[in-house]
Amino acid sequence: MRVALFVTCLADAMFPQVGKATVALLERLGHEVVFPEAQTCCGQMHINTGYQKQALKLVEHHMRTFEPYDAIVAPSGSCVGSVRHQHAAVAERAGRRQLAARAGEVAARTYELSEFLVDVLGVTDVGAHYPHRVTYHPTCHSLRMLRVGDRPLRLLRAVRGIDLVELPDAEQCCGFGGTFALKNADTSAAMLADKLRNVLSTSPDVVSAGDSSCLMQIGGGLSRLSVETRPVHLAEILAAT
Amino acid sequence: MSTFLGMPVVAPRGVGQLRGDEPFPAAARTALANEQLRRNLGHATRTIRAKRAAVVGEVPDWEQLRLAGEALKAATMARLDTLLVQLEEQVTARGGTVHWARDANEANRIVADLVRRTGADEVVKIKSMATQEIGLNEALEAEGIAAWETDLAELIVQLGHDRPSHILVPAIHRNRTEIRDIFLREMPSVPADLTDEPRQLAMAAREHLRRKFLSARVAVSGANFAVAETGTLAVVESEGNGRMCLTLPQTLITVMGIEKVVPTWTDLEVFLQLLPRSSTGERMNPYTSLWTGVTPGDGPQEFHLVLLDNGRTAVLADEVGRSALHCIRCSACLNVCPVYERTGGHAYGSVYPGPIGAVLSPQLTGVEENASLPYASSLCGACFDACPVRIDIPSLLVHLRARHVEEHGPSAEAISMAAVSWVMARPSRFRGGERLMRLGRLLGRRRDRIAALPPPLSAWTASRDLPRPPAQTFREWWRSRNG
Repeated sequence: MRVALFVTCLADAMFPQVGKATVALLERLGHEVVFPEAQTCCGQMHINTGYQKQALKLVEHHMRTFEPYDAIVAPSGSCVGSVRHQHAAVAERAGRRQLAARAGEVAARTYELSEFLVDVLGVTDVGAHYPHRVTYHPTCHSLRMLRVGDRPLRLLRAVRGIDLVELPDAEQCCGFGGTFALKNADTSAAMLADKLRNVLSTSPDVVSAGDSSCLMQIGGGLSRLSVETRPVHLAEILAAT
Repeated sequence: MSTFLGMPVVAPRGVGQLRGDEPFPAAARTALANEQLRRNLGHATRTIRAKRAAVVGEVPDWEQLRLAGEALKAATMARLDTLLVQLEEQVTARGGTVHWARDANEANRIVADLVRRTGADEVVKIKSMATQEIGLNEALEAEGIAAWETDLAELIVQLGHDRPSHILVPAIHRNRTEIRDIFLREMPSVPADLTDEPRQLAMAAREHLRRKFLSARVAVSGANFAVAETGTLAVVESEGNGRMCLTLPQTLITVMGIEKVVPTWTDLEVFLQLLPRSSTGERMNPYTSLWTGVTPGDGPQEFHLVLLDNGRTAVLADEVGRSALHCIRCSACLNVCPVYERTGGHAYGSVYPGPIGAVLSPQLTGVEENASLPYASSLCGACFDACPVRIDIPSLLVHLRARHVEEHGPSAEAISMAAVSWVMARPSRFRGGERLMRLGRLLGRRRDRIAALPPPLSAWTASRDLPRPPAQTFREWWRSRNG
């Protein structure tokens, strides 16, 4: 299958290892990965901060970039959530009916990584080997916008050598929330403190998630605590052999 | 009844409690520093979350009930004008009197005049959000009329000269030791050896309140529902104190937001299943009082219904925003909200705190007067999942943020957002931007992390590190691999 990688702007610029892992994983499973180089950002930060007019340009650009592809995969629940639940609404609000319809079509072909693996490719055992103690944070948009459910956990349980430990209060937000982390930095930090306490209570080598943004928040807090636990994206674990 | 033509007005300033003294982030900072508050809230919301989850989980058709609740509310809003007139006709036909109040000032004036006409100088009150919203107690006090709250938690708030911090549990921010201290200080009849044992506290309140029930000639209530086809009002409560107020006094005055109307009697079937499980985590509500007009020789012989707008018509005018009017005040969204759990209700500055408050208050007052509230959320979506009438609060928050940006003039943030959008709209500019970001590699070289940045990014590094930007972006790697 030919798969267009929507790497997300954050992974592209800050966490290239997540993109590389996604490519390695999909190629190992026998699929052709293409990277439409025109891609930039889905516009979620603009939409969620209230800048819909500016976001509209990014939505249009995203449509043009990804329209030619039958399957679009991103290692992010949040960015796929924006494509699937916000793009058409942004176009609609601007009175751009046709763009909204196009956005709906692209959204229907856009998948978060765990959805794509389990639902489209029909695999849960991706042949990974990862001998570490891991706890998994399910991320709000994967859980409640995309309803990925236990797909990431099913994928992780099939990884050889992994010691997967359940995260207490896993479904609580880590406090990232895009510009929320800056506009309401104190509340965001209080949410993060509780998330970190829960993560560390499982004494993991690795805390994993399907979103680089949430991992940047959790990892940023862990780094401050000078503990050994490190943030690793789901794609990196699934790509490991 | 006068006919008002023109643009709907927002809730006026200087009366009631819909606006805070400071923006949410500042108020939140104060609340977050209060360790006792954090403990009280964490304990209370955790308990009520577990209760709700258990009783919701045992209803096989919960999702269908939610869909029904959502559909009923949407249909009601679509013909709210007709339903309100029908309600007025029915209440009037059954011996009640209906008053229309454009805003908080009009409503307070109407209630004060009605009380004064009875010759009474005090009223007993049933817990009501609408009267908190319009500051009725303060308005009555200014007229020399004492208003006694009879709901236990509202009583605690009133005696503590405090403000409610939760829709359902207004004293959620207090623990029982604090409550005992308030009772000892404020209740003249309370024994000096009062402990903080819940039963003792309840008995002290009971003795205090009984005297009020037996002497009061006027009661003031809110309403959970009003049935248009029959003119029936409904109050849902747990203690029975509300029923005392609804049955003992000679005169009953009900202040109700216009969005509380439901079309038919059978619609109550849906809401009376959704509400108790979502709010108190109970299968069935303990005291559900329903009354229709006046019944000679039984209960209050004079009944007044005050229909309150106070910005609601302005909310209705926004086709997206109006779903905030669907709220049945269960407060499930507060209890599951990670922001509310940590900051408490006072930080929102309005009697409507939490996620629903963040979308309702700014619409009632005009977005610009509560501009920080739509941003008081990480958009985690827990509120939408918990809402019994499926209000998509995260989408409403995003919608109100857009309204704020559209209505607000230029700002430093607007300029930087426009700049980022300009960069990201072209891949070539984006690549340039990424190269520029690599300058960040000059920072944090020693430990491979960035621990301090200038404003506004200092808000990030105050509590978190940032990884050092990578030497090679993904797209550079892709090019080198496939080049």
